[in-house]
Amino acid sequence: MTVTAKRPPEFKPHNERKRAETIAAYVFMSPAMAIFLIFLIIPIVFAIVISMTNWNGITPLNQRPANASSTVIFENQTGQSVTLPAGTIISNGEDEPRRYQLTQELIVPAGSGATIEGAVEAVEPGRRSNVRRGQLDTLEDGALAALVTVENPISIENGLDPAFEFVGGQNYSKLLAEGGIRQTDFFTALKNTLYFVLGVVPVQTVLALVLAVIVNQRWLKGKGFFRTAFYFPSITSSVVISIIFMWMFTQDGIVNTIFKAIFPDYKSVTWLDDSNGLFHNILGLFGVSRQTVGDWAGTRLAGITLWDWLSGPSVTMMTIMILNTWTTIGTLMVIYLAALQNIPGSVYEASSIDGATGWQQFKWITVPLLAPTTFFVLTIGLIGTFQVFDQIFIISSGGPAKTTLTIAYIVYNNGFNNSEMGVAAATALLLFVIIFAFTMLQRRISRETANA
Amino acid sequence: MAAVQSAKTARVVDSRKLLRTALGALAFMFLILFALIETVPFVLTVANSFKCLPATREASEAFIPSPPFGIDCRPGGVALPAIATTEGLTFNPTLEGYQKILEYDFGTWFRNSVIYSLAITILRVLFDSLAGYALARMNFAGKRAMFYIILSTLMIPGIVLLIPRFIILQQLGLLGTVQGVVLVLSADAFGVFLMKQFFESIPEEIEEAAQVDGAGRFRMFFQIVLPMATPALTALTIFSFQGTWNNFMDVLIIIGKEQDLWNLPLGLSQLRGQFGDTLEWNTFLAGAVFTTLPMALLFFFFQRYFVEGTSYSGLKG
Repeated sequence: MTVTAKRPPEFKPHNERKRAETIAAYVFMSPAMAIFLIFLIIPIVFAIVISMTNWNGITPLNQRPANASSTVIFENQTGQSVTLPAGTIISNGEDEPRRYQLTQELIVPAGSGATIEGAVEAVEPGRRSNVRRGQLDTLEDGALAALVTVENPISIENGLDPAFEFVGGQNYSKLLAEGGIRQTDFFTALKNTLYFVLGVVPVQTVLALVLAVIVNQRWLKGKGFFRTAFYFPSITSSVVISIIFMWMFTQDGIVNTIFKAIFPDYKSVTWLDDSNGLFHNILGLFGVSRQTVGDWAGTRLAGITLWDWLSGPSVTMMTIMILNTWTTIGTLMVIYLAALQNIPGSVYEASSIDGATGWQQFKWITVPLLAPTTFFVLTIGLIGTFQVFDQIFIISSGGPAKTTLTIAYIVYNNGFNNSEMGVAAATALLLFVIIFAFTMLQRRISRETANA
Repeated sequence: MAAVQSAKTARVVDSRKLLRTALGALAFMFLILFALIETVPFVLTVANSFKCLPATREASEAFIPSPPFGIDCRPGGVALPAIATTEGLTFNPTLEGYQKILEYDFGTWFRNSVIYSLAITILRVLFDSLAGYALARMNFAGKRAMFYIILSTLMIPGIVLLIPRFIILQQLGLLGTVQGVVLVLSADAFGVFLMKQFFESIPEEIEEAAQVDGAGRFRMFFQIVLPMATPALTALTIFSFQGTWNNFMDVLIIIGKEQDLWNLPLGLSQLRGQFGDTLEWNTFLAGAVFTTLPMALLFFFFQRYFVEGTSYSGLKG
């Protein structure tokens, strides 16, 4: 305090000053708090509610559709167009099915989301029906999928529909327990996401650390150049990087060209359209395949065969993993570099006098002292990779053969392509739980390693 | 005896030194390799954005988009034999890609990107520093609760908010509007904590002195505190601007099909659908360069703040 003179007399009583301070504080806080409440807190609560409904995300929540015409949307996954004769009964396949019949012959083209208006009428008119979904799937024996598949139109909307109905935990059980496309998609996405996370996080962390240690060496000239070079990708839009990678990894792209130049025998890989899993490929080298491993591999766990669980990331997924690592390394390296520069040089000098080699110093000084930074890098790595979306959206849309379907992507897909906002909200909340659980697990492991 | 000893030591030291040099060389090569991997894609992107379409396929590896690699630039063009007659053929470099992106409405998307980034950055810097200051310096009922609410939002992954935000914006009638994008992103927990931390680091005496002079909290904040916070404000401005400029997911969800309100990343991502069967790589890459250029310029001018901001986030962790 430099003010030594007497304080001016207080004009306001203490309480009034305090009140003025509080009002000022609320004015300071209110814009940010309003934004957080309206666009973060309330939406989360809303999402929990929506996740227990069958809302389609299109019909306004407070409105019933005005027109009485009926629409049926099919997702035909048979790969060929299917003709459904007039009079075919369509039901939602639930315990208490509500039935509709086709008023005209219907040709459902292959692919998803064929919308035919005015094509159905309720068998028991007057009953309220819901928006509901399913899809056409091929039968095991490949017989005409028609009659069976009609069981599950993607959605039927008619004039009596309310915007939504509460379905309790049904969306969650659809994703987690009930056999069906939602469950297989969810667990396929979980499998792919896990391969993605477990592949990218360790590699990017180790590479970032090694590169940071090299850049931090005293003898290295041009540190600034290297820092800039490595950091630049992380300021670039994910869309731009995805496009650059798509171009580099096309069949006759630069990556294949380079490999061809180095290895004359190299056969071009279709990086962006190869659904073969890494582990399957490696096993294949030893002549192990689905046919030779035995019957256990056909056992289904959560709708996916054990053999498929063990696929490893597909070639296309690995391309996206390379992209992700490539983008993030710079940021992580800069973080490590800052931490390295915080380690006092005297620590190394003292150990040098004691005769420690470079490797010993790295193992016994650098790595332990960087533990808090590693913890941070792992945490942001985990949280970031679990959410991989932009790159998938732009490069592969979940394909080929659903091998790049990630949880983040099916959140979007369920909500905006399948118009199942309830399922999408449930998926998003499950993802939240998964990320939270993994972060806690990583926390625990880190702490135990630090104590060991 | 002593001489032999020292010679021996010298030899040991020599071999150690040699090993160290060899390892250093190896490490240096490793570093160079990675630096190339990280930078060459950008260089090739720029080069190929100036090539004609056949050249982006036939000679994508060429750094300089011009002859002598003879490529017929007409549709379906192929590599020409070394001694080909060049009459009647068009050659690289060409601005074809850049002319195309302007036809694809990149002007509008650029304008939208600027609007979103500026509006969000201005609001965010203001709202974050106001809240950060109150949390750092003022006492009021509910302070702890507000602090924890903001802290908890920091832990909600962005993807989880995808659906909830869509729902709330739909209910508020803000889907497909500029206001929707701007409002949703106009405050962020990271920024609030950054500013809070900074305000806590500056000495309180200055404000006390001002208070004695009878300055109210607001005048004091805008006239005295904020000008002192320039380093933190610069970092926050840059982070916000970069984040918004590159934002894809939120704009995708909020703006959706309103083509006139797309920003550059969203517009660029949707180009794929407009191309049809053949991807026009030179146009695509020109779009990529066009989208990145403003960010790259900002980065080279304010590099220090980018790197320092990132380092800071790590040291705290």
